[in-house]
Amino acid sequence: MLDDAKLDNAKTMSLIVTKGSLDWAYPPFILATTAAAMDVEVTMFFTFYGLPLLKKDLNMKFTPLGNAAMEMPMMGGHMAMPNMVSMLPGAGAMAGKMMKNLMAKKGVASIEELREAAVESDVRLIACQMTLDLFEYSTDDMIDGIEIGGAATYMENALKSDINLFI
Amino acid sequence: MADQVLNAEGLNCPLPIIKAKKALKTLNSGEVLEVRSTDPGSVADFAAFCNQTGNQLLSSSTEGDIYKFEIKRS
Repeated sequence: MLDDAKLDNAKTMSLIVTKGSLDWAYPPFILATTAAAMDVEVTMFFTFYGLPLLKKDLNMKFTPLGNAAMEMPMMGGHMAMPNMVSMLPGAGAMAGKMMKNLMAKKGVASIEELREAAVESDVRLIACQMTLDLFEYSTDDMIDGIEIGGAATYMENALKSDINLFI
Repeated sequence: MADQVLNAEGLNCPLPIIKAKKALKTLNSGEVLEVRSTDPGSVADFAAFCNQTGNQLLSSSTEGDIYKFEIKRS
C-alpha cells in the first residue's frame, strides 16, 4: 500500500462542521475517518456550534426537541418523543444517556474514539478564529495539533478539494 | 492462510474499516489480512475500500453470522 497521502494525485475532501450535538457530531467524523482510511487527504473546518467538538473535554448533548423524524427503538417498535415531553427538565440529559447506551450496545464508535482516529490518520483539524473570539474559547481548552484559520483558509483548501461538504 | 486476523465482530460502521486500515499498515506488501465482521454493511464497504485503496479483496464470504474478508496488502 503506497502512502497515497504523500502523492500529488491523492484525492482530497474538506468538511465544514457547524453542529456539535451528539447526533450531529457523527456524520463529519465518520466520513473524515473513513475517507482517511481510504487514503483521502481530509481537512475539517470547525465553526460555530461545531467548534466545541475540538475541546479536550467533550460534553456533547442531545435533544429530541423539534426533531419530528426521530424515533428510538423501543420494545420491538419505535417511539417518537413528543415535544411536550422533550421540554421537561432532565429530558435532554435522559435522551443523551439513552442515545449513548444505544450506541455502545450496537458497537457504534464514540465521538472521542473517532476523533482520536482522525488525529492519528493526519486529518487536518482547523478551528475557526472568529468563532473562538465570538464565544470566548481559548485554544488551551482545545486538543493539541489543531490549526487556526478563517474563511480564506477554508476557501483555499476547498477550491482544490475533490469533495466539499457542509454539515 | 492469513498473516493476521482482525476480529471486528460486534463493531459498527466505520470501525471495521478503520481498524482494517490500521492492521494493513502493519503488514508487508503481499501479506494477507483476514477481517471477521458482523456488520452486514461491511460487505459493500470492504469492496469499496479495496477498490479505492488498491488492496486486493481476495475473498468475501459468510460463515453463519460472520462476514469474512481476505485482503492482500498492495
